[in-house]
Amino acid sequence: MATDKIYYYPLWLRIWHAINAIGIILLIITGISLQSGVESWFVVPFDKAIDIHNAAGVTVTLNYLLYFFGNMFTKNGKFYIVKPKAFLKRPIKQAYYYAWGMFHGMKAPYPLSEKRKFNPLQKYTYILTMYLAVPCVIITGFALLFPELIIEKVYNVSGIFMTAVFHSALGFFISIFLIIHLYIASIGKNPLDNFKSIVTGWHHVTGNNGSNGTK
Amino acid sequence: MRILLIILLATCLGSLTQAKAQYYDDPKEHQCLKCHSNTSYSFHNELMDREEKRMMNPYYVLDTVAMRTGVHQVFDCTDCHSYEYSTYPHQANLKLEPLATCLDCHGGDETFASYQFERIDEEVQKSVHFDAYGESFNCSKCHDQHTYRPIARTAENVKEIVDYSNKMCLTCHANMQRYEMVAGREKPELVQVHRWLPNQQLHFENVRCIECHTDVTDSLMVSHNIRPKTQAVRNCIECHSGNSKLKASLYKYENLQKRSEGVLGNIISNDSYVIGTHQVPFLQWLSVVILICVLGGVLVHVIFRILKK
Repeated sequence: MATDKIYYYPLWLRIWHAINAIGIILLIITGISLQSGVESWFVVPFDKAIDIHNAAGVTVTLNYLLYFFGNMFTKNGKFYIVKPKAFLKRPIKQAYYYAWGMFHGMKAPYPLSEKRKFNPLQKYTYILTMYLAVPCVIITGFALLFPELIIEKVYNVSGIFMTAVFHSALGFFISIFLIIHLYIASIGKNPLDNFKSIVTGWHHVTGNNGSNGTK
Repeated sequence: MRILLIILLATCLGSLTQAKAQYYDDPKEHQCLKCHSNTSYSFHNELMDREEKRMMNPYYVLDTVAMRTGVHQVFDCTDCHSYEYSTYPHQANLKLEPLATCLDCHGGDETFASYQFERIDEEVQKSVHFDAYGESFNCSKCHDQHTYRPIARTAENVKEIVDYSNKMCLTCHANMQRYEMVAGREKPELVQVHRWLPNQQLHFENVRCIECHTDVTDSLMVSHNIRPKTQAVRNCIECHSGNSKLKASLYKYENLQKRSEGVLGNIISNDSYVIGTHQVPFLQWLSVVILICVLGGVLVHVIFRILKK
């Protein structure tokens, strides 16, 4: 069993990931706190929760620019390119591996290498989250900070309210992503290995049994 | 000569800086307020040739402290009221003279465009007050021109807005005489008619009457179409769920207000929040189902990982 280490996560990426992780966790906690209502003291008082949520939101947005331009101008961006060939077959194969194959001695269908940092399912999820959900949550979040930009009425429903519902729905899906992200990250050489990787930058690639990398 | 010019200039500058509230600074010396700021007044009865002291009609007693902070503080009484009032006894027919309405000064004025006076006027004409009292139900019935402050635009916090707004309603709705004059019938007890409302006191302290009693829109800061009680919001869900009524005007305007104070930090530190988004029943149900599925899936996966190790 050949085990090798690849330097997967450059420093800028790790800094981005750390800020994003702290920011998103704060946003989720304060977001749930706000949803619980004015009277509720879920972790932090309501007015503090608003301040933290707004500050973390702006930080994550600025940090997103680092991610966006980092991927645009460094070779890290190429890991996000989707191949049209077997567009659905590839992630389905990976899902089958997670759900069934890995318990029945199946080798990881898409072992990670220098050229492949994410397996297909992971790649699709990251693209949907980072290039669709997060931009949408940023746009709706800023719209709520500048409510005069929002359309007044969509049919008979207030535009502000629609935006707020959309914002919290996206927040919920990002929370679900986080749960799955953290769980799949525990499927590695050992449960903590992938968490160490995102701190040190070095990732274990196991030759034949198919480490699935971080997800 | 030069010294004289400097003195003249200093006097002019001094009078300019004191222009605000100059008329009411000393009510005791003010021709009108020396009587209209007290519960009694004295005058020389020429017919009997004696000094007399009488009670002032309580509705004509003005709050001179509030006047000095009101929006019309720079105006003197006779800017709006007839100059003939300067003599006493006041002539009887002066009461019949029309007073300027809000639109007479503010209508079509670009300076006040953001206040949307014309739209407010349209809304008022649709309201239950207009139905009951017609043209006589003018702006001043709620917004006393002498003391009015645009609190919704200037307040430090939402509670102050709620308090000031509700006091306007209570001027009549907690006063038998005023209520009867407009409605022509006895005033219902507010506590009684709102008996159905859970946490009544909490609602009264934190929610404006107009939140439930008007047709709320995002585009007008304060809705002025006060609807009959049969059309008032009586359903908890309307505020505390999906189509939240609380979402609209106050959120937007509080937010803009905070921002107009100029500091970028105000965007982040403003306390506005759209209430009720999590209480769209379908979404709430869906999110719980998704969360249970995900956590269940993870749990099953963990069990298999342990078993198959």
